[in-house]
Amino acid sequence: MNKNLRITNSKFIDQTSRISFKFDGKTLYGFKGDTLASALLANNIHLVGRSFKYHRPRGIMTCGSEEPNGIVQVGKDPSMTEPNTRATEIELYEGLEATSQNCWPSVNFDIGAINNFFSPFIPAAFYYKTFMWPASFWEKYEYFIRKSAGLGKSPTKPDKDIYDHKYLHCDVLIIGGGISGIIAAKTAAQNNLNTVLLDDKNNLGGTTLFQNNECFKINNSYSSEWLKKEIESLNSFNNLTIKTRTTLAAYHSYNYLLARENLTDHLSLIEKKDKIRQRLWKIRAKKVIIAAGAMERPLIFNNNDRPGVILSSSIKKYIDYYGVKCGQKISLFTNNDAAYETAISLSKSGVTINSVIDIRDKSNSSIVKEAEKLGIKIHWRHTVVNTNGYKRISSIELMKLSDDGTAVVGNKSKEECDCLGISGGWTPRVHLFTQSGGKLKFRDTDNTFLPDKSESEQISIGSCNGDFELDDVVKNSNKSIKEFLNLNSSDYENLKINCSKETDKKNIWLLPSNKPLGKTKPFLDFQNDSTAKDVKLALREGFKSIEHVKRYTTTGMGTDQGKLSNMHALGIIAETAGVKIGELGTTTFRPPYTPLTFGAIVGRNVDEFFDITRRTPMHDWHTKHNAEFENVGQWKRAWYYPIENENMHEAVQRESKAARDSAGILDASTLGKIDIQGSDASEFLNRVYTNAWSKLEIGKCRYGLMLNEDGMVYDDGVTTRLSENHYIMTTTTGGAANVLSKLEDYLQTEWPELDVYLTSVTDHYATVSICGPNSKKILSKVIPDLDLSDKEFPHMSFKNALIDNVRCRVMRISFTGEHSYEINIQSSYGKSVWEKCFEAGKEFNITPYGTETMHLLRAEKGFIIAGQDTDGTMTPVDLQMDWIISKKKYDFIGKRSLYRSDTIREDRKQLVGLLTDDPNEVLEEGAQIVSETNKQPIEMLGHVTSSYFSPNLNKSIALAVLKNGKKLKGQKMFVPMKTKTINVTITDTVFLDKENKRLNA
Amino acid sequence: MFLINCPYCGERDQSEFSAGGEAHIIRPKQPTELSDDQWAEFLFMRKNIKGVQLERWNHAHGCRKWFNMVRDTSNDKIHAVYKMGEKPPIK
Ligand SMILES: [Zn+2]
Repeated sequence: MNKNLRITNSKFIDQTSRISFKFDGKTLYGFKGDTLASALLANNIHLVGRSFKYHRPRGIMTCGSEEPNGIVQVGKDPSMTEPNTRATEIELYEGLEATSQNCWPSVNFDIGAINNFFSPFIPAAFYYKTFMWPASFWEKYEYFIRKSAGLGKSPTKPDKDIYDHKYLHCDVLIIGGGISGIIAAKTAAQNNLNTVLLDDKNNLGGTTLFQNNECFKINNSYSSEWLKKEIESLNSFNNLTIKTRTTLAAYHSYNYLLARENLTDHLSLIEKKDKIRQRLWKIRAKKVIIAAGAMERPLIFNNNDRPGVILSSSIKKYIDYYGVKCGQKISLFTNNDAAYETAISLSKSGVTINSVIDIRDKSNSSIVKEAEKLGIKIHWRHTVVNTNGYKRISSIELMKLSDDGTAVVGNKSKEECDCLGISGGWTPRVHLFTQSGGKLKFRDTDNTFLPDKSESEQISIGSCNGDFELDDVVKNSNKSIKEFLNLNSSDYENLKINCSKETDKKNIWLLPSNKPLGKTKPFLDFQNDSTAKDVKLALREGFKSIEHVKRYTTTGMGTDQGKLSNMHALGIIAETAGVKIGELGTTTFRPPYTPLTFGAIVGRNVDEFFDITRRTPMHDWHTKHNAEFENVGQWKRAWYYPIENENMHEAVQRESKAARDSAGILDASTLGKIDIQGSDASEFLNRVYTNAWSKLEIGKCRYGLMLNEDGMVYDDGVTTRLSENHYIMTTTTGGAANVLSKLEDYLQTEWPELDVYLTSVTDHYATVSICGPNSKKILSKVIPDLDLSDKEFPHMSFKNALIDNVRCRVMRISFTGEHSYEINIQSSYGKSVWEKCFEAGKEFNITPYGTETMHLLRAEKGFIIAGQDTDGTMTPVDLQMDWIISKKKYDFIGKRSLYRSDTIREDRKQLVGLLTDDPNEVLEEGAQIVSETNKQPIEMLGHVTSSYFSPNLNKSIALAVLKNGKKLKGQKMFVPMKTKTINVTITDTVFLDKENKRLNA
Repeated sequence: MFLINCPYCGERDQSEFSAGGEAHIIRPKQPTELSDDQWAEFLFMRKNIKGVQLERWNHAHGCRKWFNMVRDTSNDKIHAVYKMGEKPPIK
């Protein structure tokens, strides 16, 4: 380690405990309390990455979450490596391995840097303009762009870490543990409010924590010492919860906030093991106090991006907090007083200060006088016009500013340095305030956006509210807190506060240069490489809205969301366009404030907890019999049951044949079941289905079609009348929840006069469906005392029965066109009844079949599946199901829409059957249908909705929707595919047993 | 994420509710007597106000009751909730 870069008197770094870590493969050392950034700087490493577009060398620029350049990949483990982490926020731990991003093969020799030499040809939106046309070229460009661009690498294996979610409710939430946050927390806690204080750092105190400047004192102590005592006094409150290493990620309306707590990221690899890594707090706070602080602004001048160019306030933190010198010969460049604090700190630590370059004419503040007293040289009304040094700044060039500040005059002088501190004033962190819906106002005196109106119970205090001087911070925070919490007094009333007051202000968004703008590189967005030039070009090309300029130039679109430079982009746009910044407005700050890990977002909802899985009572049987499963909504449904090495096609062909030849058994438990009771139940069904229900006899079943109010088919199913005022409705598996919601909606809002009660009983009953010519024989073995004669128990009727003294409902209904029965029994008996049926059917070769065979069998019969053959644009008439629309009923849901001008059009798409000329050719579902082959372009007349090879008909069959299809029966059409065109004939939708003889077979 | 005061259950998190569009659109009692235009007016036309709007909400993961809400869409402020069939408490 380079010893003379580390001073020994920092209270915050434990120089007795040395920590080893790796950066780009090299073993280095730091101390407990270091961040990766401070440890690298202590090792004299500034160059940590390459910029996104030009691959220019970039160094650490800040000490916080706004860091644009110091972005590294942490860890090597393919399941836990993390890209895009900020070196300024990573606490050093034993075994940390970090690597540079966006450079190949290495940060010191980067092939992409060739872009830098071509940069005059890479203006704003270059990627859009060049690569978007012709579109077909994109595939070729993409490979190269993705390889040389991109930030970091994603993990390639599932994350092994554990993440957590937790709820938190409080009276007052305080965001930020700087001086104003501490004052707020103590005041709230003293008044018996349930208080929570969050800070993203590992300790409280903000920048005051290390403020040892003579100019800033509270009650005659250094402000840091005063604050330290305040922080210690917080320990005495039981009603105050303090969470450090906790970043507020999102502030939603109604004071709902998300905060991410880092629990183990700072621990050594061994200590981390088996512990929860991060916890996402879901917070509901009655009141919120934002004390998020402010960020220092950079200055915009030629080549302001070289490694060694660092925010002045960060240099101060590195020396005063971490005890690290950012350089041995440092120059400072400023437009305000803050840089003088840095100069004094550095000077006291024995670092050579070349000079302070100040664009202002003068300053009479006490801090500047203090700096002058220490002999620090100041260049008044000067600007930096250029920097030199490729991988590290080596010198700066300065010139005098003209009286109006728009140009430079006189001769250039040069100053050797290894670090340049820049200070462009302060930007309040208003991100969280605006996320919550708060509106900003603009303050002209120092060009800051400040919190204005808010709808939620919240205030902003301290520098995030525009108070940048110690006395204002303390006094105004105290006053705001008292008002907000309705208090008469606090501990912070008559403090004696000394602080330097800034007397002179001057701001120039884009500093002038001795070269024309086109020959300079004044960077605005350091991560995304957009310069002041790019922004001006965007304006010249006609972009006016700040949101458009942002997207066109990608300013502010990196992982740092342009925290550092958004204000300068606004300033330059306003200046160039001749409007006021306040009128221009800002871009929208969206959550999260800093990037969140996917782990924190999903918490424990991974693997089997990701989504609910619904299994039928017979699930284990299916598994045991080798079933493949299909997801239908959250349900796992048996799809097909391959025997030995059968593939899906072979299994389905066998199952389909067996069901028609002898007997098949299907688990239909997933169908939605709604129990309907009440004296108006029949009337209710009349209104929700297209057909009539009043005359349905008790003990009979009926198929019903449900429409939306727009006349389009919504769902279908069989409903059974169990008694006078009691029905059981079935719905499609996927539609069950929505159908119930829709029915409840109508009952509660349109027809509250109806006496009807709906109960979802889907999970209460298991359904075993037996079909095929031998189904009757099988059922008679399972329920011997039930009369199964066609006279007693005809198709579309129902009987109550007992199986081993357990009551069940048996419906004789059919979705396959075969003679078939459905047994509905309490879920807990589902598996035993299934097994009983299977046992009874063995002598008839009863074959379990899954959803795929069910679909095939119903397609042979031309029965639709709502959601497959319909897509929300099909009326019953389109489906050729006119028979199901009652002519007598005055009204039902969707009736009026069935004769709107659009729905009575004769050339609508209608359901038809398709037969391929080659009976072995199976069409692809979704394939388009056209009327000619020798013309291009050609109108697409419809598409295939269901298609199978029917083993019972020994040919390919398909259902399709086709424009004017009803009238085209018998005609030839074409289905063009990638390599061939398939000839088809339009047919009826029913392919098998048109006379329905099999129902009573 | 709103806090919604269900008229039947009290204050609950927004994640328990689902929104159901504009309130006080009454389904015509005699649809067959309406012209295509009149029916389309009921079927398709909905306001989308920036400002105070009357909306239908359902406590889907709670009591499953539908109710109405007065909400300002420009700032998500909920001015009132009231039961189905009741008149809006503001003009
Ligand atoms: Zn409720």
